[in-house]
Order: sequence, then structure tokens, then C-alpha cells
Amino acid sequence: MDQTKKQFDWVRRILKPLVFVAALVPIGLLAYRFLNDQLSANPLDDITDETGTWTIRFIVATLAVTPLKRLTNWSRLSTFRRMLGNFAFFYGSLHFFTYLYFDKFFEWPEILADIPKRRFILVGFSTWLSMLPLALTSTNRITKWMGGKRWKRLHRLMYVVGVFAVVHYMWLVKSDITRPSIYGAIVAFTFGVRIFYWVKPKLVAKRASVSNSSSGATVTK
Amino acid sequence: MLIKRSEELKSSEITPEHFYYNRREFIAAAAAAGIGFAASAVPSSLNAQDRWPKGKKGPYDTDEEPNSYKDITTYNNYYEFGTDKSDPAENAGGLRTKPWTVKVEGECKKPASYHLEDLIKPYKMEDRIYRHRCVEGWSMVMPWRGFAMAELIKKLEPTSKAKYVEFSTLNDPSQMPGVKRPYLNWPYREGLRMDEAMNPLAFLATGLYGKDLPNQNGAPLRSVIPWKYGFKCCKAIVRIRFSESQPSTSWSEAAPDEYGFYSNVNPDVDHPRWSQGSERRIGEFRKRKTLMFNGYGDQVASMYSGMDLKKYF
Repeated sequence: MDQTKKQFDWVRRILKPLVFVAALVPIGLLAYRFLNDQLSANPLDDITDETGTWTIRFIVATLAVTPLKRLTNWSRLSTFRRMLGNFAFFYGSLHFFTYLYFDKFFEWPEILADIPKRRFILVGFSTWLSMLPLALTSTNRITKWMGGKRWKRLHRLMYVVGVFAVVHYMWLVKSDITRPSIYGAIVAFTFGVRIFYWVKPKLVAKRASVSNSSSGATVTK
Repeated sequence: MLIKRSEELKSSEITPEHFYYNRREFIAAAAAAGIGFAASAVPSSLNAQDRWPKGKKGPYDTDEEPNSYKDITTYNNYYEFGTDKSDPAENAGGLRTKPWTVKVEGECKKPASYHLEDLIKPYKMEDRIYRHRCVEGWSMVMPWRGFAMAELIKKLEPTSKAKYVEFSTLNDPSQMPGVKRPYLNWPYREGLRMDEAMNPLAFLATGLYGKDLPNQNGAPLRSVIPWKYGFKCCKAIVRIRFSESQPSTSWSEAAPDEYGFYSNVNPDVDHPRWSQGSERRIGEFRKRKTLMFNGYGDQVASMYSGMDLKKYF
């Protein structure tokens, strides 16, 4: 460990800041296009669509970190996970804000009536609400205070976030479900990889115990 | 039960002045709200050269200001050319609209394949400024050029059996990339009850802003039914069929609980997934209240008297 400390940590010092800046490009570009009248005739809807799209992209990216780490054996990928998750919350909060302001103009009674009435709004709101405790507990100090085990358990909520986000997208499109299906497939794939790596050691252990025992167990073939 | 409500159409009454923002003010409002966009020179929604030259207001015209030519021709739902609003303007350019044939069939005395010119020749083109309300919750004001649908229908002499009229859009994968995908059951089909089609407001457009209709807006011939949601209009019409039974339509086949045959603009009947109580007029920040029959109640409400419009949505 001491040896690596002396080396220049290019992942943390170079790559991570680059990814941070790259993650701000979508909002910068959106602001630029808005101010230069390059959005469509309905710029408010464009802002809602764009921030929503980038929310689900960052959610998917966050969920993909651990499976990719497993598949590539590049452990430094973990460096980006928290940051990507916080960007998901950042874009998700902007997206939620566009709903509250551009769609509902902060008319709270109407909003409170609307959320439970429209299933895609309810799921969208649930997505944001599920990300909220994850964003709030994302600092080092809170992680330490919570303890790794409890923190990990809480942050499994991200799986729910992934499912909610896909369902929200699926329920809001009019007829063409291509795009939400693509995100759904990626989320399902990341779950599949997780399950594989969770089940594999158990199967191996079981197989080992079966072959060691003399009784003819038929659980595994 | 709600159809008798009479509507005031003055825009000043629909949108109180202090709720009305144009885009420039919207930016200021957004900045004030902390989004942080600085005010900049965004062109107003109507370019001077697009200002409607029409002098006299016709009996069916709204006196609201039309949306710009650019807005009307770049923000379109026309799934034959793709599902994004910008797709039709990008992909419809190559559509060959000359020559154009319209097949007339079913319960009428003049079934035939007509050259479009022969079909529309006798009519004097007129300009009409209509409100247009999309089922998605946005609206525009559009200056169409065309003729009353009733004129054409009279010429085709529907028989006494004709209770409905169905329109179909061109379904040509070589010219329309969208129809290669199963977004909807192609060809796009829409229909009207005969009395709806004969209503003086029902219109067939061949032009926009006094010019030929752009392909992305439904050239060379499209229907305009201003008291119904926009998808009830049929673009690039190649077939007109008169029938005794109610025709099946593409959108009600795709989602029968969301898109009914009538689909009259109705703020009291929500889309199952979103409210229809208000709408965003393109170019405005604040939403407007949606008007019953899109504000055309005086001309059309009597056609639906006694009907439960929640059932026949």
C-alpha cells in the first residue's frame, strides 16, 4: 500500500477531474442551446427531456461500475462510482425542478394531487426520493459514521432507483418504447452480472462440499 | 353534461396579462428563479416576415397571433418520419407530392382514383387561422390555406349508408423511414362521423402561411379538425373511404384506453397518464387553461348533445 501511495495517482488526479468536467458538459450544452435559441419551439419540454435523459444515463452508469469492475478486473473503476451517483442525483433534481416549475409553477396543492394520480409521475418522484438519502450520505464523514455495512445496505437502494427510472421512462412514452427498453436492458444486464458473481462462489462451495461427501447428493449434477 | 359551456375566445381573457410571458421574459423569470440563465437576445416567437398578411378576419378565424412559420414547421408529430419533433422537418424533404393520387372508395356515388389537382380544382382557396391543441399538452395558432371539407364531401356524393368517413396517410417505406418501424399500425388512419366531417370548421389544408404546405406539415393534402386533438388530423392523404360502421383508427388501436375515436379537446377528461386541464401555447411560459372543444364549442357542441363525453372520449 505504501508503494502505491508514492506513485502518481493518475486515476484520481487526472481521470476523475476529467470525468467530472465531462459530466457537466450536458448541462452546459443545454444552457448554451437554450440561450442561443437552438432548442425546439418548445424549449421547456426540451429541458425536461434532456435533464431526464441524463438522469437515467448517470443512473445506468452508476449501476454499471461494479459489474464492469468485475468483468474487466480494473478495481480503480470504483473511484468513479460515488461521483456518477451524485451526478445522477444532480440531473434528477434538475429534472424534478422542471416538473415543479415549468409544468406546475410550484402550485403545491396541485402537485400533491398530481403525484399519486399519475403513475409515471409517482414513479419518477419515487426515483428522486430514493436517490435523496444516497446523495445525503455520500460524504466520507457520514460513510465513516454509518459504518461500511450499514452504508452498503442503504446504498442497495440504487437497484430500486434503476428499476424505477426505467419504469418511469417506459410509462411516459406515447408509443415507441425503444429507448426505455435499451436502458432497461442495460440495467437488467448489470443485475445479471451481479447475480452471477453472487451465485458463483456459492455454487463452487456447494460443488466442493458435494464432491467431498461420500453420500450421493443429487442437488448438483 | 359539460358541452353546453360557452367559451370566451379573447386571448386577453384566456391568459391574464400578468401570467403572460414571452420567451424573453421567460429567460428573465428563469434567471430570477435561480436557474442562472442570463437574459440574451432570443428572437421573439414571430418573425416580421412571417407576420400573417391577411387583412380581414374571417368568420372562423381566431384573432390570436399565429405562431411563427419556423415554430410550425420544425415542431411536428408525424411518426412516418420519426418520433422526435424535429424528425419530420429533417426527413420529410424528399417526399414526392407531385403527382399525387387520392383514392375515394366506399359508400359514395363517385368512387375513383383522383389526381389531386382534379379533386381540389373547383374550390377557391381560403385562409383560416385556427388554434391547434396537441394531445400532449401544447398548442399553437396556425394560419392554414385550403377549403372546407364539406365542399369535397358533397362533390363525392356519399350515399345514405355513409355514416363515417375515414382518411389514410401515405404508407411508403421508401420515402417514409418511420413506417419501417412498428410505432403504429400503418397506414395512419383517422376518421370522423359524417356530421363532424360536414361541420363548417372541418378543413382540408393544402397550404400554410399562404404558401404551399411543407411536407412535414402534411403536404400535399391534410385534414384540420380544430376542436379535436391534433392527431385526429390526417396528413398526406391518399385515401378517403365512406363507411356505415365506425372506422378503426391507428391511435385507438395502439392504446384504446388513451385515444378514443372522438378525441374532442376536453379539459375535464384527462388522458389516463396526464392532465388535459391546461396547455402550453408554444412561445409562452405560463400554461393556459384548455378550453372545451378547444374554444370552438359554439360551432360544434350541438353535435354531441346528450352524449356522455367521458365515455365517448
